[in-house]
Amino acid sequence: MTNLSVEVSSQIEQPLPGAPDNWKRFFGFSTDHKVIGIQYLVTSFFFFLIGGIFAMIIRGELITPEADLLDRTVYNAMFTMHGTVMLFLWTFPSLVGLSNYLVPLMIGAKDMAFPRLNAVAFWLVPLFGTILMASFFVPGGPSQSGWWAYPPVSLQNPTGNLINGQMLWLLAVAISGVSSIMGAVNFVTTIVRMRAPGMTWFRMPVFVWTVLAAQIIQLFGLPALTAGAVMLLLDLTIGTSFFDPAKGGDPVLFQHFFWFYSHPAVYVIILPIFGVFSEVFPVYARKPLFGYKVVAVSSLIITGLSSIVWVHHMFASGTPGWMRMAFMATTMLISVPTGIKVFAWVATIWGGKLRLNTPMLFALGGLFMFVFAGITGIMLAAVPIDIHVNNTYFVVGHFHYVIYGATVMGLYAAFYHWFPKMTGRMYSEGLGKLHFYLTLIGTNLNFFPMHPLGLQGMPRRVASYDPEFAFWNVIASLGAFLLGMSTLPFILNMIGSWVQGEKAPKNPWRAIGLEWLVSSPPTVENFEALPIVIAPPYGYGKSDPLVANPEALEVIHEPN
Amino acid sequence: MNPTEADASPNPPMVTSHTPAIPSVAEHGHDDAGNRMFGFIVFLLSESVIFLSFFTGYIVYKTTTPDWLPSGVSGLAMRDPAINTIVLVSSSLVIYIAERFLHAKNLWGFRAFWLLTMAMGSYFLYGQAVEWRSLPFGFTAGVFGGSFYLLTGFHGLHVLTGVLLQSLMLGRSFIPGNYNKGEFGVAATSLFWHFVDVIWVILFVLIYVWQ
Repeated sequence: MTNLSVEVSSQIEQPLPGAPDNWKRFFGFSTDHKVIGIQYLVTSFFFFLIGGIFAMIIRGELITPEADLLDRTVYNAMFTMHGTVMLFLWTFPSLVGLSNYLVPLMIGAKDMAFPRLNAVAFWLVPLFGTILMASFFVPGGPSQSGWWAYPPVSLQNPTGNLINGQMLWLLAVAISGVSSIMGAVNFVTTIVRMRAPGMTWFRMPVFVWTVLAAQIIQLFGLPALTAGAVMLLLDLTIGTSFFDPAKGGDPVLFQHFFWFYSHPAVYVIILPIFGVFSEVFPVYARKPLFGYKVVAVSSLIITGLSSIVWVHHMFASGTPGWMRMAFMATTMLISVPTGIKVFAWVATIWGGKLRLNTPMLFALGGLFMFVFAGITGIMLAAVPIDIHVNNTYFVVGHFHYVIYGATVMGLYAAFYHWFPKMTGRMYSEGLGKLHFYLTLIGTNLNFFPMHPLGLQGMPRRVASYDPEFAFWNVIASLGAFLLGMSTLPFILNMIGSWVQGEKAPKNPWRAIGLEWLVSSPPTVENFEALPIVIAPPYGYGKSDPLVANPEALEVIHEPN
Repeated sequence: MNPTEADASPNPPMVTSHTPAIPSVAEHGHDDAGNRMFGFIVFLLSESVIFLSFFTGYIVYKTTTPDWLPSGVSGLAMRDPAINTIVLVSSSLVIYIAERFLHAKNLWGFRAFWLLTMAMGSYFLYGQAVEWRSLPFGFTAGVFGGSFYLLTGFHGLHVLTGVLLQSLMLGRSFIPGNYNKGEFGVAATSLFWHFVDVIWVILFVLIYVWQ
């Protein structure tokens, strides 16, 4: 212990180019996980706005039954790019950013296991984002085959150029995969090997459990998509025949490769949001998380089950009957660990002293819409219903409730909850609540009408439709424009509060967790001395201290 | 982590199995070599799923494609690939011996056997190139041609990567004292080489034995 203080003082005397008051570090190759986390968040939010503009263009086309706003090929490019941007450039990187910021702080580490690898993984995001956007400027425009790029549609190359939209799309997705694998190796190593003394598995916050579960999915799932993407790229560029039915290939095999990753990818997205819910509810209900161990372990059960459900996307792809039955059963089974979590959150809130500030409102709204999405998910898992509503707006409505209703709302909850920690400033509660209500109303206006539309038989990915569907489409479009507007108070709040918000204390929410024991924002190395954890998380309503050495975590700097 | 930080760590970096009963601050978060090895194993596990996907694809194609072999092709010759297999598999033993020499601080023994591994890996690549040149079908010759060249080519890229890593490690052995405090690079390269070998054995069985 004595030689520790020597080490600490030598660190302080170093010049700190990455000191928290130096804004330039956000624009360079920083290896500080907190800087990288914020870089991820800001970059991905920028792409969220771009994907949102694509969405509003799509809804602008669909406000009338005729295809009158856009050329149909442009419409196809719009829904392809909307899906691709929202998944690969918004939800994945924003959650990686959040995890990047929080995981080392939550487990009591000074940084990630591989800080340079971490920085490289981040800088690949703007790179592949640029490549994807560049496809607007090649002859023939961007890919039009939807975000799943099914052959033989994705193998059409009408312009005949080697550099075409589909090729750039595959390149971007491949680089995204490299970036994600780098991140996953880093997260798993960090969580398994960098935990602070006394931070046992069952003392980790649920958010860390969910990040671990999500990143394990990246590790076993992404390589399958990479394999399929490589084969598709070879088919498209040098003329092999893996997926080309005209030359003896098997297009359904691509669907297997694609969904083997891309269904679990949904859990890569939603698991950290489960973690956010598990962090936010106890703080604002002032109660320990109900059934902590079960909630933590069910994350890994979801990881396991997620690897054996993918064929439910292919019930209409000529899959044999036994396969449909088996995957229907596994898909329904996954609602068990998910349901356990929902009950745990409800039990946590139940009888609590609720504080309905912005993060809590977003978390509650997200939970509510997640339950709705879960119900339609169970409906879709049933083969007879799925065959009936396959490729209709019912499916689109379902996954937008998951991805916007639950994931984006959960992300907003996390942004507001940890904003004081990340920036050292308080956000404006009034603007936050305005943002919440606009988002809540917009989400439901936009995505609820898709369910009746789908049940009535309106197919997805069409630029024109039968006038009988017009009513719900107009409402959905109005909801989409409202959602677009809803980001304005958020942007105003984030920028305005970061620049001139009230200074945030260490722990504005009286929350329990290692990240709340250090200053806001934390110093470059997070903890001067590693915390010695002596209690499980979520000790609300108890008076047990979380760490044995709270006073050693930070050293008050004496000006030299 | 930067090297100065690793140097400052109070315990030797290669001690990974030692877990103290009472958690002490110094034991945590400084074991860079252990972290790297762990991360590298995680990466290899992930990488193996790509091969697993290609293998699965191959099995699906082999069992479902009506005209499996391109016209005029009756099968693949076994003799040369079998010799190649023996060379590559035995190089796994050779690289292990090289590692033992390094553990025993015998640098020249390490270099000799390490170089022998590289020679065997290069011979494998040469044999692969000779086989490719002699084949009457190309990459675009149906699903069979595609999967044959995809599997052998993707594996060959890994062998090439392995040989390049080995030459890097060989060069670094000439930096005085470089391998005194642990040899993560050597251990990782060696592990990668075993991985490439195991993949090849599965590939050989799938493509050549199961015709």
